[in-house]
This record gives sequence, structure tokens and C-alpha cells, in this order.
Amino acid sequence: MAEGEGSPGHKAERMDYFLQQMINGLTLGGVYALVALGYTMVYGIIQLINFAHGEIFAAGGYMGVIFLSFLTANGFMEAHPGLGIGLSLILSMGYCAMLAMAVEKVAYKPLRQSSRLSVLLSALGMSIFLQNGLMLTQGVYDKAYPTEFTHGGFDLGAIRISYMQIGILAVTALLLVALNALVFRTRMGKAMRATAQDKVMSALVGISSNKVISLTFAIGACLAAAAGIMVGLYYGSVRYDMGFVPGIKAFAAAVLGGIGNITGAMIGGLVIGMVEIMAAAYLPMGGQYKDVFAFVILIGVLYFMPTGIMGENVDDTRV
Amino acid sequence: MTRGSRVWLLFAMAMAWLFLLLWPLLGIGPDGSLTFGEAFAVWWKIALAALACFVIHRLSRAGVFEPLTRPLFRLTQGVSRVYGASPKWMFLVPLLAFALTYPFFTDRYAQDVAVNVLVYVCLGLGLNVVVGLCGLLDLGYIAFYGVGAYTYALLSVHYGLSFWLCLPVCAALAAVAGCIIGYPTLRMRGDYLAIVTLGFGEIVRIVINNWMSLTNGPNGILGIAPPSIVVPAMKDGGLALETVVMRQLSAMYYIILALAVFTVVAVRRLNFSRIGRAWEAIREDETAAELMGVNTFRFKLLAYAMGAVFGGLAGAFFAARMKFVSPESFTFIESAMVLAMVVLGGLGSIPGVILGALALVALPEVFRQFELYRMLVFGGVMALMMLVRPAGLWPAARMGKRSDDEG
Repeated sequence: MAEGEGSPGHKAERMDYFLQQMINGLTLGGVYALVALGYTMVYGIIQLINFAHGEIFAAGGYMGVIFLSFLTANGFMEAHPGLGIGLSLILSMGYCAMLAMAVEKVAYKPLRQSSRLSVLLSALGMSIFLQNGLMLTQGVYDKAYPTEFTHGGFDLGAIRISYMQIGILAVTALLLVALNALVFRTRMGKAMRATAQDKVMSALVGISSNKVISLTFAIGACLAAAAGIMVGLYYGSVRYDMGFVPGIKAFAAAVLGGIGNITGAMIGGLVIGMVEIMAAAYLPMGGQYKDVFAFVILIGVLYFMPTGIMGENVDDTRV
Repeated sequence: MTRGSRVWLLFAMAMAWLFLLLWPLLGIGPDGSLTFGEAFAVWWKIALAALACFVIHRLSRAGVFEPLTRPLFRLTQGVSRVYGASPKWMFLVPLLAFALTYPFFTDRYAQDVAVNVLVYVCLGLGLNVVVGLCGLLDLGYIAFYGVGAYTYALLSVHYGLSFWLCLPVCAALAAVAGCIIGYPTLRMRGDYLAIVTLGFGEIVRIVINNWMSLTNGPNGILGIAPPSIVVPAMKDGGLALETVVMRQLSAMYYIILALAVFTVVAVRRLNFSRIGRAWEAIREDETAAELMGVNTFRFKLLAYAMGAVFGGLAGAFFAARMKFVSPESFTFIESAMVLAMVVLGGLGSIPGVILGALALVALPEVFRQFELYRMLVFGGVMALMMLVRPAGLWPAARMGKRSDDEG
């Protein structure tokens, strides 16, 4: 690509390449945004880095492969592929919500009054526990998704867009809109925001903070499960330890957007996904080091702009 | 409904919930079959164990075990009183004698385990400086171990430098790495610091994994020389100096024992020094410490560097012992492991950390047939410890008197 600079053909080619990477980045960023929302909502409400969230994401991916394989084997997918995928998505989301609520009840709720370090370590323990639980029940090796219903795509000029990408972007957008409506338009969302703002005061006006916290975990887990399924469908397989690195990146996205801020997490996720794809595409050695960029952004944001893009209030216990 | 039956209802609900979580993982086959047997087989074991724990918990709450636990409690109190009153050397001398003679009455396998335990003792004590004494949660500690290991590996393979010469170099480089990582991150507190150190730990691993020309990437570095010592020996009828390469495991054991003892003494001395007091002040209340004239940034950086030094020393030993290093040895899970030892044993407590290392390295060897479940149990125990005994197995003794103490 270096020689013949300036010739129109190459310029167009480069433009196409750029647009292609844009779409890839948007897809990945959407997934990060969905996972980041779970981190940011939990952090906003109980100031905990929920290490187990990455594992919930992985569990979502596994549930997707379990339900999809089951439906495929029973011939349901052949008859109604779209319905089958939707059904698996909803079932996995339900499963992960149950899982996250169980984790919260067992490992976090009894520690509400303990030091932050205790809860953090408990979360770390839960993360290791869940990861190994997945490994023991599902095996050490990659588990392949049934792909015969999800391939295909169309060309837009020289850019190739797969139906998968369209699907991911559509589902992500739908979930984000639904979440926004839930948090900012419903009574339940109002209770959540109130609890995040002041736990004692909201309890005084009759909001059960335990219920709200449970609900927050459930919603975060639903989004993570959807992300897990879509990653599984997109890359074609899942692995028991797939939650760790995306989990950290999604947390970086939440911090970038301003932790506790829902809109911020969406923007942060898109930025991290975009940066990762672009860096891998354009920087020398970018492919090998693509996992580093999210960490570098995380450290840079925390150092120079600890409040993040959307400007969250940071008290002196953190920075 | 009475309170008692409500508790049982909740227990039953929890078990039903557990089954719902287990069943999709085990009961839905990829061939389109639905089975309940496998999930049920796992479930009833867990449910039975949970029921047993629950019943014991209920009974102890009701005071059924009172006649049993009271003498036991008195006994432990008596033991701790005797322990506190008698001079420390009475326990330390037999312990040291046991450690020194250990290779004479054990086989290779037992020595191997002991070497592992001692490596983790060094690592745990190093991390203890950062987390236990200074109160900075570090999730990327294993990076310093990696720096130490790779420093010795490279110096040994490329320049043929001896282990003893490299030890201080490894420690120094690890300290430099500690400062480099510490400088930008120490402005943060609490869980932000945790996540950033985690990020740095991963960056170090990824760099080692990809810097082919220096570290040979994922293939690792082979052929690292074991340590050697120069001893006088009879040769050709005269006395001459001879280089003996320490190949036996027992020699390795003594080296790491010396390192561990050095670490214990150093951490203990640090703890009771002016520096240790400054760290403790920072841990308890950073703002107050700053107001009292402690240069918090400098002392935090020092804690980082000191912790890194011990990690680097342990890393150099690790490379010399394995004669091979690869990035796989320095993953996040290792950091979590070392942290778990510190927390399990008791933050800031030296005997606690040693106990933690013993528990997390030696116990899995005893339960070898459950190897598969090691990490599962490890994660579960980590969470459980926070619930039932957050101060650890052997909590650190608190120094002096505080305003919130009674009396």
C-alpha cells in the first residue's frame, strides 16, 4: 500500500479499508459497551469492581452454544433460524441474570458492611470459582457454535458487511435503547438512580436497596450474556477463560466513560473497541499488542482525567 | 409462619436455585437430548454438603455445641497465652533446625514441594509489604517475579554471569520496574489502583510474550545455568579452588531457604522500622499520615520498590531452578494466588503469610486426586474466607493502642 500513493485507486482502496475497520470496530465496541454497562451500574450502586462480571459474560457465551446446539439438533433452527437465535438469547440472558443474582447474594451481600478490600477479594474469588466451574462442566477446549445459520452477508462497494455484524449492531442498539428507557423512564429506574445517589436516603423513602442491588446485577448480567452470545456467534467459538480480558477492557471502557455513568459506558465501550481495531490495523506490531491499548487507555484516563469523559464525581477514596 | 421454618424455606429455595443453575450446564446435550441424571448427581452432593453445613451452623447458633467449644476455646486461649509469654527463640530454633535438616529425611518429591512453598513464601512476603504493610492493593505483583526471572535468564544465557552476581542485579531491576509502575499509579487509591496494577501486570506479560528478539516470545528461554559455588578441594595432590555446580534439589532447597529467611528477617526489620511505621500510618489513614508529615508518595513508592525486590529475588531463583522461563509462568492467576496467600494468612502478618503459602501450595499436593478441582476450591475458599474470617488464619498483632480500642 506504500507505493503509488496519491493514485485514486489506492486512495479508494485505503478508504474502503478504513471503512471496513470502522464497521469491525463498531461491532467490537458495541460488545464492550454492553459488558461495560454491567460494571458501571454495579460500581455506581455499591462501589465494587465486580470481577465476576467477565465470567458472567463467558457464561452467556456458553449458554448460547448450549441452547443453539440443542435447538439445531432438534431441527428447530432449520425451521425458524431467527426465532431460534432470539430464544437462545433470551434464555441465556435469563440464566445469567439468575447466576449474577446468586453470586451477589452469596458473595457480596453479606459483606455490605465490610471493607472494600474484602468485597473485592470475594469478587476475585468468585471470578476464579465461576471460571473453573465453566471449565469443569464444559471442558478445557474451545466449544464451537453452530454456524450454518449465521453466515452470509452483502457487499457495499468494496466493504463486506456480514449479517452477523448487522445483527450484533441491531441487538446492541436495541438493548441500549431499552436500558436507557428502563433507567430513565420507569419507576424501577428511578429507584435505581436514587439508590446509587444516596443509599440511606432512598431507603428512608421506602426503596428496598437489596432489591434494587439484585436488580442491578440482573440487568448487568443480561447485557453481558447478550454480549457473550454475540461474541460466540461472531468468532464461532467460546472458551472457559474468554471472560477475563474482555472483562478488563470493558472495565477500562466504563472508567473511560466515567464510572457510574450509563451513557459514558456506552461511549467508552465504542471508543475502546474502535481504538483496538484501528491500532491493530494501522500500527506496526499492532496486532500482537492489541490487548495492551485498552490498558494504556485505562491508565492514561485514570492518571490524567480520572472523572472520565462524562465527568463522574470522584471522591478522595479512589483518586 | 415461624422464623425457623422461614429459614428452611429459604434454604430449600437456594438449593432449587442452584439446581436451575447447574442443570443447563450439564443436562442439555448438543445432540438434542435432555438429561437430568448428571446434573442431579452433582447437585445432590453439593446439596447434602450444604445441608450438613447449614445444620451445624444452626445448631451452633442455638448453642448446642457450647459444652464442646468452650473447653476448646479455653485451650486455644491458654496456648496463645503461653506462646505470647515464652521467648520467641523457643519456637524459632526448633523450627529452623527442622528446616535445615529437612532434606536429610525426605525424598525428592517432598523437597520439591518444600522448594515451591518457600518460593511462594518469598513472593507472599514481598506482596505483604505492599498490601499488608502499606495497604496498596496490587494485582500485578507477578510482573516483578517475571522481571527477576527474565533478568537472570538473559544474563545467564547471553553473558554467562553467575547466579550470585545476578541476584542483586535482578533485585535492582525489579525495584526499578516497581518504581516505573508505581510512579504513574500511586496517585490512585483503593480499587482503581488494583485494576491499574492488574493492567500493568498484563502489559508486562504481553510484552514478554511478543518481544521475540529479546525474550524468544511464548517459546521461552532454555538452558539457564543453575547456581554454582566455589569450594576448596584436593586436586592433583594440592589444594585448589573448584567450581561446583549445584544440581541437586537439596542444594536448591538451601538456597531458597536462605532467601526465605533473608526475606522474613528483612520484612520484619522493615515492619518495625521508621519506614514500617510510616507505611502503617498510610495504610490506616493516608490523609492523616500526610498531615503528620509523612511523605506519602515517597513511602508508597518505596513500598512498591521493596516489594518488587523480594519478587525479583524469588524470580531469579525460579529461573535458576527451572532452567527455563516462559511467559506462561507469569499470568494473572499467579498474582491472584500470591494475593490469596497473603489474605488467607492474614494481611501484614509474617507467620500468617508463611501459613498461607503452606496451605495453598502444600495442601493441594496432599489432595492430589482432586487436582482438577484445585482452582475451583481455591476461588470458593477465597470468597468464603472473606465471609467467615476476613482477618486471616493468623491475624497480625496490632501495634500500640488506638483511640477506638476499649479501655
